[in-house]
This record gives sequence, structure tokens and C-alpha cells, in this order.
Amino acid sequence: MNPNFEEVWVYLSASPLTALTITLLAYLFGDWVYQKTGRMPIVNPVLIAVIVITVGLSVTGIDYWTYFEGAQFVHFLLGPATVALAIPVARLLKTMRDGYGALAVSLLTGSLTAAGSAVFIADLLQASEQTILSLAPKSVTTPIAMGIAERVGGLPSLTAVCVIMTGVIGAMFGPYVLNAARVTSWRARGFAMGVAAHGIGTARAIQINQNAGAFASLAVGLNGLATATLVPILYALWQWWSG
Amino acid sequence: MLVAITQLLCCQLVGEVIARVLELSIPGPVIGMSLLLIVLLYKETIPQSLESTAEGILSHLSLLFVPAGVGVVAHLTVLGNEWPAIVGSLIGSTIVTVLVTGWILQRLHRGRFDES
Repeated sequence: MNPNFEEVWVYLSASPLTALTITLLAYLFGDWVYQKTGRMPIVNPVLIAVIVITVGLSVTGIDYWTYFEGAQFVHFLLGPATVALAIPVARLLKTMRDGYGALAVSLLTGSLTAAGSAVFIADLLQASEQTILSLAPKSVTTPIAMGIAERVGGLPSLTAVCVIMTGVIGAMFGPYVLNAARVTSWRARGFAMGVAAHGIGTARAIQINQNAGAFASLAVGLNGLATATLVPILYALWQWWSG
Repeated sequence: MLVAITQLLCCQLVGEVIARVLELSIPGPVIGMSLLLIVLLYKETIPQSLESTAEGILSHLSLLFVPAGVGVVAHLTVLGNEWPAIVGSLIGSTIVTVLVTGWILQRLHRGRFDES
């Protein structure tokens, strides 16, 4: 290898600029594939970008932490973006006259279904107790989910992985499930995506329809609070029940 | 736009401080979002600059999950030999949750909100 090139490579592989640029390029590529294939939910731009970057990192031998030093600038924006969800929610609440009861019922049912079905299926498939407890809060945003997992004796790092996987699964398959169930209302579709698939489901809903996006944003916040309250209570009840 | 970004960061900062001081398990940005929501609900209208900045950030919300997604692939070993049970549970549970939540809300609210 030409010594000059080696010098450039050493600079590039350690510079945050490379990781940041690669993240944006991979996402733009993912989005391009998504647009070209007729915006099918199953062609998820996040998943495509993640696969492209992972393959790229393993080919070049750059480790994840070196990559993250650059990618953290994108990751950081999740904070202000979460705060910004207040704007569609405020717009929604300013125009909503009734229907709060319907929202409360579907939030509670959805929240219980998310935790309950995850525990039930994992138990059926003979997962260990720690794994089952790590899965219970998987439908809410990562920091809340990790906090819940810690409190009930799950493994927070496993929960973090499950949360992201849940988001991608929801964004990829959720719209087909809603089509099959003939859920045509944009508000119900958005709310379902927010409850089941947190921010990743919401990101998709925002791109598809303004009403769906606002209801999904509302659902993420509400389900975070509902799950943080319900899962520890259910865990305490279950412990009391099994002695 | 600069003012709007500063407003968002201020809300997050106050949220982070509240979460740490009160040792809450709710993350700072979620508290920041609640604070901003309360302020906006009290105001007559939502400032135009905040509207357009939020729209700009949120239209690319998916992008912000890419670094965490790459982290997940780098840490897939945490699934261990229980991965079939975990993946099965995640797929099954997510599908059931979308179905139940969407269906119930549509049933209950039919004719109650004006649909658009």
C-alpha cells in the first residue's frame, strides 16, 4: 500500500466525519430503495441502512465504538426530536373535542397486550425468567424500557436490543396487519404503531399521514408512562401470586 | 429556526435536570416533551418557527435510529442461545399489539372524531 494512502486511511477510519457521512449516505440509500420499490413498509430504510453500515464496518474492520464516535451526533438528535413530538401532540389536543375515553381504553389494552403477549409467547417458547422479564417492556422507548427491566430483574442491555428490534418489526409488518384487520382510520393506525413500536413506528407514521403521526406521537409518550406504571405492578402481583 | 432549536434544547436540559434531581425513571427528553406540551397548550397558537423546525426534525426521525440499530447488530450476542424464543416473542407480540390497539380504537371512536 502506498504510504500516503495509508496515512489517509488512518485518518478516515478514526475521524467522526467518516462515520457521520456513512450514516447519512447509508440512510439516503435505504430511503432511495424504499421510494423506488413503491414505499412498501417491508422495505424499511432503517433496516437497509443498518445492514449496509454493519457490512461496511466488518469489511473495513472498524469497530462499533469507533463508528459510534461519529454516529453519536445523529444519535444525540433523538433527545431534541423527542421534545419536538410535543408539537404534533399539542396541535392534536387543541383540536380534539372528545374521544379521550376511547384513547384511554385502547392505550391500556394495548399496553397490557404488548407486555402480556411478549411474556406469554416467551414463556411458551421456554425462555428463561430473566429473558422473559427483559422482554416485558419492549414496546416503549429505550431509556424507559431499560429502567423498567432493571426494576423487575431483567437484563437492561437485552431489553435495549429487543426495543429496537420491536420498532423495526412494527414498522415493517404493522401496516400489513392493520390492512388485514381493515383498520382504515389514520388515527387508529397511528396510535397502534405508537403503542406497539414506539419511535420507529412513529417515524413511519409521520411520513405517511399527518393525523397518523400525531396520534403515534401521543401514543409513544402515553405508553411510556402506562408501561412504566403497569409492568412493575403486574410483576409484584405475579410474585405475590406464585408465593 | 435557531430560536426553535434552542427552545427544544432548553426543554430537554430542564427535563434532564428534573429527572436527575428527582431520580425519576422517566427519561429527560420525555419530561422535556411534557413541559413543552404544557406550555403549548396554554398558548393560543403554536409559534410558526417551532412548527417548521419540528416538522424538519421529525420528517427524518427514522434516520436518528440508525446508530442504535447498528449497535443492536453489534450486540446480537446478548440474545445468546435463546434467540429463537426472543425473536418469536417479539414478532408475535408486536403483531398482536398493533392489531388489538388499532382495532379497538377504530371500533370505539367510529363517528366520534371527524375523520380526515
